[in-house]
Amino acid sequence: MKLTKTLLATTALTVAAGMVNADGHMSSEMTIVSWGGAYSASQKGAYHDPYAEANGVTIINDDSSAEAVAKLRAMSEAGNVTWDVVDVVAADAIRLCDEGLAMEIDADTMLADAPDGTKASEDFGDLLVSDCFIPQIVYSTTFGYRTDLVGDTAPTTVCAVFDTEAYPGKRALEKRPINNMEWALLCDGVAKDAVYDVLATQEGQDQALAKLDTIKDDVIWWSAGADTPQLLADGEVVMGSTYNGRLFAAIEEQKLPVAMLWDAQVFDLDGWIIPTGLSPERQARALDYIMFATDTQRLADQAQYISYGPARKSSAPLVGKHKTLGIDMAPHMPTDPNNATNTFLYNYVFWADYRDDIDAKFQAWLAK
Amino acid sequence: MSDISADGLDANGLVLAADGTPLKRSLARAMRRQKLRALLLVAPLLIFVLLTFIYPIGVMLSRSVQNDIVANTLPETVRVLGRWDASTGELPDEEVYAAFTRDMVIAIADKKHTRLGSRLNYEKTGLSSMFRQSGRKMKKLDPVADAPFKDKLIGIHKGWGDIETWKTLQTYSGIYTSGYFLNAVDAHMTPEGMAWQPEDKQILLKLFGRTLIMSLIITGSCIMLGYPIAWLLANVSPRNANLLLILVLLPFWTSLLVRTSAWKVMLQQNGVINEVLVWIGLVPDADRLILINNQFGTIVAMTHILLPFMILPMYSVMQTIPPVYLRAAKSMGATNWTAFWRVYFPQSVPGIGAGSILVFILSIGYYITPEIVGGTKGVFISNRIAYHISSSLNWGLAAALGTILLVVVLALYWAYDRIVGIDNVKLG
Repeated sequence: MKLTKTLLATTALTVAAGMVNADGHMSSEMTIVSWGGAYSASQKGAYHDPYAEANGVTIINDDSSAEAVAKLRAMSEAGNVTWDVVDVVAADAIRLCDEGLAMEIDADTMLADAPDGTKASEDFGDLLVSDCFIPQIVYSTTFGYRTDLVGDTAPTTVCAVFDTEAYPGKRALEKRPINNMEWALLCDGVAKDAVYDVLATQEGQDQALAKLDTIKDDVIWWSAGADTPQLLADGEVVMGSTYNGRLFAAIEEQKLPVAMLWDAQVFDLDGWIIPTGLSPERQARALDYIMFATDTQRLADQAQYISYGPARKSSAPLVGKHKTLGIDMAPHMPTDPNNATNTFLYNYVFWADYRDDIDAKFQAWLAK
Repeated sequence: MSDISADGLDANGLVLAADGTPLKRSLARAMRRQKLRALLLVAPLLIFVLLTFIYPIGVMLSRSVQNDIVANTLPETVRVLGRWDASTGELPDEEVYAAFTRDMVIAIADKKHTRLGSRLNYEKTGLSSMFRQSGRKMKKLDPVADAPFKDKLIGIHKGWGDIETWKTLQTYSGIYTSGYFLNAVDAHMTPEGMAWQPEDKQILLKLFGRTLIMSLIITGSCIMLGYPIAWLLANVSPRNANLLLILVLLPFWTSLLVRTSAWKVMLQQNGVINEVLVWIGLVPDADRLILINNQFGTIVAMTHILLPFMILPMYSVMQTIPPVYLRAAKSMGATNWTAFWRVYFPQSVPGIGAGSILVFILSIGYYITPEIVGGTKGVFISNRIAYHISSSLNWGLAAALGTILLVVVLALYWAYDRIVGIDNVKLG
């Protein structure tokens, strides 16, 4: 008797839980995937909390964006996609779009217009690098250096990284060819607009690896964004590359003796995709969230928490002060004119083609 | 009833059971029943392991030979292309281009063409953007009305006029491919047959070798460090043994990532060990020891992490060794060392065997610790497998690497069985 009652109760609860997701035509619960840490906190403050309050939706956060591509492929093959909106970098979005794992987005109908009426496709402009990708922020991979360990003259160009005589000590570089190869060629005398043409050839790749070889013994290779700030704090490295938001946190929040070396920073985009294979209610909710979270004011709001530039042109003038530190965020944006004197935009087409090939050569060179 | 003589033999001299059937048959029947009963007892666990472990891993490993994406996305093209002779040096004729256009228009409508481009990009760089860009422009083509297609396609993207593109398509037309396994051993399949990868891309064989050698070193250092501790555990008073056991198990229960990060703090240039040595004066400040981001760091951290797996089996075997043998040896005049080496140690070898297998197989598959403290010289093959699963999405290559690793471990296990004997492995 007791067992029957328990069974009945459990069944009733399960059915009720299942009905949570069928609220009219939009589900009332969603899972949003992001990268964790300060970045997720900024999204929570600027997007999740206001949206959840306004719509009574429960938002579950998942910090698996680093594994998003592989997991989405596995989910799609299993026929059970549990994520509603996923934050990925543009290169991953292109990969997901190619594999048919991300939904195609029509910017003009699915994204909000700018307050002055400009259509979303114009407001985002060239940053709509893929049909499936909704850009959110512009971040850059750039260098930070220890002001007390570099000697008297502070480094001003990225070629200081390759100059172990003027700036002795260890450097931190990312354990993948992207960005490192471009910087190596740039500092080996290749003109900026010719970098990718040169890199497409065998000789160009050898040239870049040869230049990296000159500092190979002095490099500590990182694979997580938190590595370089930790290495800089410990004094293990004199200068190191990482995402600019991490360096902002180290300099402004932790007050480390570190300064930014913005020269030749490489812009990259981080944004949303909606996976394919969602039920109509979940897809409707995901689209509704995207419409809210990528409008002009929201993108400017995110800049209150983290020093990444909003992807919309109309958001730039709305960027204000940091929420807790009270400092002006505009000078810390990678897109600020003072910082953006010499920039690269990540060449998505090139790396989508050449990444696997050059990565194999890079890892073989690393292992020597 | 057959003629049973007084001593249980029938007319032919066969031994009989009590009910008159030949003993051999009766025995066989009884054994069969016993085995069936044992199998039924094990059946639930066996089915569980088959369904949740062997089957999914088998499906994953079978990706290492699957290549049906090409034939499924471009069925007609593959058929017609099979008749093309690549050695003539001429591009395929209009028939192939027309079939290709027909297949592509369908694939573009289903949005499958970019996936094929990504897959083929692993073999020839540039195909992913070629398929993507051609897809946009070929959307509007009518497979019937817009013939001929050869020049049109070459106009859409000059890669379609490159004979290498069609050679690659032809080489990878089959449903099954050996390409991934060849890639896993630093070779690749060219239209002309198997060829070694260019030297600047050869890394996987080196990594296999490095993984095996470093795992052996880690196993050896675990044996060296673990044996004295296990001996202590087995031979001190039970109260002290319990205390020591807690000291062994406590790190075991701490998170792996925490332990690995702790080693970073210890081994860095400005880490604890270097600071202490510089403070004592053993090491000059400008020339600190490099203990991390190399093989040494990996070996130290992995030994620390895998030590409990060595100590516990050795301890449980040593507990079963009666102390009377050692005393008997000494009473017959053996020195301490001889008594240990010739009486005690051989009895503890099964424990060493069990611990070694555990440690070796675990360390071959590790990738978190080598990733964090290994730098570039101390990475294992598992790091490459993880890269191909997560970043490049080349699951075929990852599956091939995993299969090779599995085969190597099974081969080593078989060799161990022949040399030492698995029955000599005891866990207590």
